[in-house]
Amino acid sequence: MSLQDPVAAFRIEAGELLDQIEQGLLDLGHRLDDRDLVDEVFRGLHTLKGSGAMFGFDALAEFTHHCETAFDRVRKGLAPATQELVAVILSARDHMRALIEGNGSGLEATGAAILAELQAAIDGASDSPPAVEPAGAVPVVPVAAAGSGSGWRLSFRLPADAMANGTNPLMLLDELRELGECRIVARTDKVPPLADLVPTECHIGWDVELRGDISRADIDDVFIFVMDDMELSVTPLEVAADDVPGAAPVAGADGSAAVQGVAPPVLAAIDSAAPGKSPAATPSAAPKSGESVRVPAERLDELMDRVGELVIVQSRLSQLASGQASASGNELALRSISEEIERLAGELRDTMMVLRMVPVASLFSRFRRLVHDLARETGKTIALSTEGETTEVDKTMIERLADPMVHLIRNACDHGLETPQDRLAAGKPAAGQVHLSAHQAGGEVLITIRDDGRGIDRERVRAKAEVQGLIQPDQAISDHDLLQMIFHPGFSTAAQVTNLSGRGVGMDVVKRTIESLRGTIDVTSKPGEGSTVVLRIPLTLAIIDGLLVRVGEGRYVIPLGAVEECLELSLEEHLRSRGRSFITLRDRLVPFLRLREIFDTGTRPDPHQKIVVIATGAERVGLVVDQIIGSHQTVIKSMSPLHRDVATFAGATILGDGGVALILDVVQLVTLGQHQEERLRAAG
Amino acid sequence: MPQANPAQSATQWDAEGHLEVLTFNLGEETFALEATLVREILDLLPETRVPGAAPLLGSVVNFRGKIIPIADLRLAFAMPAAEATLDSRIVVIETETEGETFQIGIRTDKVHEVATLSRDASEEPPAVGMRWRRDFVRELVRRDDGVVVLPDLAAIFRSLTGGADAAAGPSSTLH
Repeated sequence: MSLQDPVAAFRIEAGELLDQIEQGLLDLGHRLDDRDLVDEVFRGLHTLKGSGAMFGFDALAEFTHHCETAFDRVRKGLAPATQELVAVILSARDHMRALIEGNGSGLEATGAAILAELQAAIDGASDSPPAVEPAGAVPVVPVAAAGSGSGWRLSFRLPADAMANGTNPLMLLDELRELGECRIVARTDKVPPLADLVPTECHIGWDVELRGDISRADIDDVFIFVMDDMELSVTPLEVAADDVPGAAPVAGADGSAAVQGVAPPVLAAIDSAAPGKSPAATPSAAPKSGESVRVPAERLDELMDRVGELVIVQSRLSQLASGQASASGNELALRSISEEIERLAGELRDTMMVLRMVPVASLFSRFRRLVHDLARETGKTIALSTEGETTEVDKTMIERLADPMVHLIRNACDHGLETPQDRLAAGKPAAGQVHLSAHQAGGEVLITIRDDGRGIDRERVRAKAEVQGLIQPDQAISDHDLLQMIFHPGFSTAAQVTNLSGRGVGMDVVKRTIESLRGTIDVTSKPGEGSTVVLRIPLTLAIIDGLLVRVGEGRYVIPLGAVEECLELSLEEHLRSRGRSFITLRDRLVPFLRLREIFDTGTRPDPHQKIVVIATGAERVGLVVDQIIGSHQTVIKSMSPLHRDVATFAGATILGDGGVALILDVVQLVTLGQHQEERLRAAG
Repeated sequence: MPQANPAQSATQWDAEGHLEVLTFNLGEETFALEATLVREILDLLPETRVPGAAPLLGSVVNFRGKIIPIADLRLAFAMPAAEATLDSRIVVIETETEGETFQIGIRTDKVHEVATLSRDASEEPPAVGMRWRRDFVRELVRRDDGVVVLPDLAAIFRSLTGGADAAAGPSSTLH
């Protein structure tokens, strides 16, 4: 990241730290007695305080200091972790963000209010006996008891790069000495021969016998900032434990010993994936879809290589253009350059596309806070689970998916899930489930939002639709079509308009947004069992694989992801289907549209018409075209604003010969096909 | 809607009452557009028809990697369609409607030179006696060799996208 401004760099880093703290807190909310999480949050706060002070964010450093102190008490077992504390620190986190961005007025007042709440949360928690709040305090007690009187045997090794990262092993040993009587032995078995020795690496391990009434937590405190990457084993010291015979006690302050030391770099690396690490740490480490994107260096190198090659080819081309025009070898040289450029363009495009891909984890992780807040607001217990966070989607797609997904999750939490009492009465667990999953299927990503709530109330949807005049009171309508009514503008079934949702600007906006991403949305719901919303979105907005077809004289692209199959429309079928535009496909009637007629080509049809069957969700429709030219990777260009009223096209693309082919809007065409089907059914 | 938005369609004469324009022919008539709008003058390009679009904006071309619509102003001024000739050109202009800037190509029968029109010689279109829709014309400017028409592009495009008289909506071709 070539950011010149250190303050800007700090803001980005702090943003990541805050996200990490938030994720840690949210996890902690579910597992209040998880000490690893407490430590993780504490470390985050500590780092934030430190670097905040370093970059002159004094207000931030001071404010964070209070939070850190509060958390330190939890960490030391002086106060238990409680939901109240988590909630206060969460709001404190938001305040820290405001401090970092330096906007908003009355920051000091807000900060003071939060600190007062924090004090209350800590005091309240400390007053309550440990039996009521088993979190935090309990694990300390038996451990301390076990350690009481005797002591501990420690064995630890730092990662090879520990010293390069600023850890001083001597300080750690000093801290151990402060805890009690120490007997420290250096393990030098991993020290390489002098020729292979890298003096900046730490090769020594230490065995320490620590005597005295010391709690395990105190030992962990010593290693708190290196814990994730180091090897550490701690066992209670048997009273009868023998001294290690013949081992020369090393004072630890001996610098030469450190030089001789060796650490196992490989082991240390494996160890860094500490088992106790919270799963949230992974998503928060994922690149944010904000203003900057982290790019693996090797991908950039790859890009640079391609650009380098491109420059070389370009100079060959200009040489050719300016050079001896008559040479007969020119055509051959030109062709070779053209092939070269074609290859490079393809590779550049692929590399570029990969750079733009971001795992959906960065999207999903935002919703954890949302669900947490919603649970507090509604008084419901909501468990959010996620799946497939590593699925990658184009970065712009992530940004544009956030709002519709917030809406869908709000709907699920607010309307879908019942109150704990209702759930228990219905024989379900008190905690409502909201499940987010993502997975890739071909050129599409499927994002599913599932809840196990009460499901969509058909009666109410129907009543509302009748009031709005969308369906007639006695009109028969399929269940699927009825559910689609919720996507109608101004449609909201919430009997009571709540703060969260139900303002009637809901699902139609969601649907429109998803469709503008060339995606589709589908909702299914079982009464009493919950609802599932499936979003299908293309991997990228910029490039699609398309099927190039010809209709009359025009060439059109059909997004390949929507194409199910291609068939020939036989002459008999063609004649037979004059009156009704259906073909039978595996015992199902599929309506088809003659694009020649829709596009009014005014040319004679080719003798062998083809049908391209396209589908969105469960709906299928056939498109009759004159010729299938082949598959074609397409860079999508948007249509002029003046052509926005032409709904049948989603965009246009430029073909190899410089001509333009229009890209068919699959959703529109399928809808058109369905309408035609309905019309024909009504007529016949 | 004549004069619905006079500010948008007002002609920007300069302090001396002059206006630099590019003049071109459509049929027998001479039209003019502000020279500042003009981006490029192109030979005819292969056009791609857009089924369902209004005939006046019935096709698009590839203009340096961008898809831009081609406007046939003949249709706005009730002129018969004509074959392209050697003199036919596309004038690419950049203009703005409802806060969006976009490029559009205007098919012309012949492009003349950049000329200076004078405000003194200009007139509002007459209320009667004109074959054309009055709101499609901003000014008529007299010159030695005849009258130059300053069309109101914004009004013309508005009539297509927003107006009820959009010639052929996508649905009308479906039956």
